[in-house]
Amino acid sequence: MRYIIVLVLIFITYSLNAEEWEDQRIFSSGSTNQTLRILSSTDTSFFEPILKSYLVDNPATKIEYLVTGTASLDKIFRNTPEKYDLVISSAMDLQLKLVNDGFAIKIQDSNHPSWAKWRKSLFAFTIEPAAIVINKRAFANQKIPQSRQDLIKALRSRSKFFQNRLGTYDVRKSGLGYLFATQDARTSETYWRLMEVMGGLGTQLYCCSGDMIDDLISGKIAVAYNVLSSYAGARKKVSDEIEIILPADFPTTMMRTAMVSKLAPNVENAKNFMLHLLKTQLKPADKNNYTLPPLLLKPGQQTIILEPALMTYLDKLKRQTFIKEWERAIIQ
Amino acid sequence: MTNTVRISGSLRNRLMITLISGSAILGIILFFIVRGYATQIAQDGQDNILKASLSSILDAATIQDGLVEVDFPYASLSMLDTDLDDRVFYAIYQDGILLSGYKGLPAPSSLTGETRTFQTIKYKGTFARVANANRILVGERGRIEISVSVAQTQDDLSRTLNSISKNVAVFGAGFFILVAALSYLATSTTINPLMRLAASIKKRGPKDLSPFEKEIPSEMVPLVSSLNRLMGRLDLSLKQSEDFIAEAAHRVRTPLATVRSYADATLQRVSKSENREALRSMVRAIDEASRAASQLLDHAMITFRTDHLQKEYIDLIDLVQDLALRLSPIAEMKDVKILVNHKNPVEIHGDFILIQNAIRNLIDNALKYSPNEAIIKISVGSEPTPYLKIHDEGPGFPPDDIQNLTLRFTRGKNANGIIGSGLGLTIAKDVANAHNGRLEIFNHKKGGACAILSF
Repeated sequence: MRYIIVLVLIFITYSLNAEEWEDQRIFSSGSTNQTLRILSSTDTSFFEPILKSYLVDNPATKIEYLVTGTASLDKIFRNTPEKYDLVISSAMDLQLKLVNDGFAIKIQDSNHPSWAKWRKSLFAFTIEPAAIVINKRAFANQKIPQSRQDLIKALRSRSKFFQNRLGTYDVRKSGLGYLFATQDARTSETYWRLMEVMGGLGTQLYCCSGDMIDDLISGKIAVAYNVLSSYAGARKKVSDEIEIILPADFPTTMMRTAMVSKLAPNVENAKNFMLHLLKTQLKPADKNNYTLPPLLLKPGQQTIILEPALMTYLDKLKRQTFIKEWERAIIQ
Repeated sequence: MTNTVRISGSLRNRLMITLISGSAILGIILFFIVRGYATQIAQDGQDNILKASLSSILDAATIQDGLVEVDFPYASLSMLDTDLDDRVFYAIYQDGILLSGYKGLPAPSSLTGETRTFQTIKYKGTFARVANANRILVGERGRIEISVSVAQTQDDLSRTLNSISKNVAVFGAGFFILVAALSYLATSTTINPLMRLAASIKKRGPKDLSPFEKEIPSEMVPLVSSLNRLMGRLDLSLKQSEDFIAEAAHRVRTPLATVRSYADATLQRVSKSENREALRSMVRAIDEASRAASQLLDHAMITFRTDHLQKEYIDLIDLVQDLALRLSPIAEMKDVKILVNHKNPVEIHGDFILIQNAIRNLIDNALKYSPNEAIIKISVGSEPTPYLKIHDEGPGFPPDDIQNLTLRFTRGKNANGIIGSGLGLTIAKDVANAHNGRLEIFNHKKGGACAILSF
């Protein structure tokens, strides 16, 4: 690795591009002639090891890694699919709809498990459950809830304590939040009860898991519902303030997915990157290098299925109905 | 005998070609029928799922606060998941205006009543099966027509069809090969009795005209019974003609003997030389006639006996010496000497009467054509096969038609004035043939005729 000079350039302002990126970085190793543009919803720090390991094998490639939220990512890509090579997102429904609408190319990869790909175009590469994350101090000398019912009970029993100290995704802004919410809702009515309880107590709405975890650590909120366990796990290494709970009743488990744009400027390079990504993610995680959870199912673990039904809640009418109901429950 | 048989194709080939091409056509028809059915069934399967999906979406349509809400279940699209991950499109229309879903799907043209239609269209660069249905909702503001289109691509369907086609093709080919093999077998079985009949007829002796008695398939009965009838008639007419000749010869011989004795007696009494001459000619003619009659009898007897040989072991030298002795009176009349030359004893296996007759005819011929005071040399030997050679000092065979002399009633051009019927060599040859032997006749280099009878 030492012989490679990794240049990490941070662009604070990027005047030529009107898009508002959460993060925008270029990775390269010296002489470059091809720029691979990756549109992603995954924080750069999680992806950096994979990007760098790809550059080791492909020194002539430069990678531009662009980060934005899942919902805006979908909008940006639909408007200009010819500007990006790969699209990586945690919103499985939006990704599947992109493929269904014909935005992706097929990639032959026989090794990848069939449950983790759709139409040989959309490839899942992580397994990440949605978690209830709590501030440990808020539950000192208290029984830590293990399921949604436990959480409802805990919230009701100490309603004063939790007043305005709860957090969850704003499903209107976050694609992943919407996916988690709709999958919860279709699995169990408990979701709506929880939302009503949380709404009654006053809940902070967040765009992203990162912000929620920040506020948890600082103690601003005591409980965050439907946080990405992978992000929380990464932060837990730094701060021991939080506890991650995978709900025992039904854990909603997301898979991060990637696809290569049909109009990708560098199709072959993008395919190669995809194969590299899948190969890396099928191996158990290297604790020191890779922070993305691998694509390995624990026994009995189930994920959200990659199927056309994911488009159900993307339907305009369904979405209107769902948001209306959600707002009625959480905002009140 | 050379006969040209005009050939028009082959029964075996015709049968094979008919059966094989028939089975090929059947196989192809089978392939298309099964594939057609499979296509229909597969398409029906897809249509049923589309119909179910469609119904579940339509059923979810309600009017709430004057607005249409279609809260369709997750299963509506979930049921359209296939192994090959077919793409799914849908559209929901309110009175023909797109409410939600994909643009550009064929909207049902305002249908009256609740009907469903299916069609295959090209959408987003691929073929998709579309199902349409509509439903009337009655709200506060009147009737609202909700129509829904659900479409699914046909990747999985095509794969199913391809694999069915492949299997059906393999089955079809297997069926064809099996039928071809069976056709070959059937053809052989059918043709075999015919071949056996042909072989059995070919194997028969030239004079075997007995009916064909082996078991034959019923279809061949007309042919074989006609053949049998033909052979029977042939056999009968042959026997009749032989019998007729023998009978005629026999009937003629006795009166001829009487006439001859009268002629002899009359010859003693007349003294006029011209009358005597006339009588002598008469006697010669009578002799010739009676000899012909007896040879015809011999020939009939030989024809009969060659079919029923009575074989025994015969000492050829004894036989020849006995014959030479018996013919010596006639030889002495011409002062001809018959010399029998032999070394070792020669034994053959054959019909005594026939062989004696053949040799007598040969010696007879030699005597007839020998000049006075000539010598007839007969040698008997066993190397390489038993043989008998007769060499006279006569004029020899006429070289032009030496090959034809063994035919019935053929006589040499130099036979004028010599009594004979033209049957002598024929008899000798028939006997030789009946014993798998042969008769060779040729002129000796130093003059005289030569005949070799070998067994």
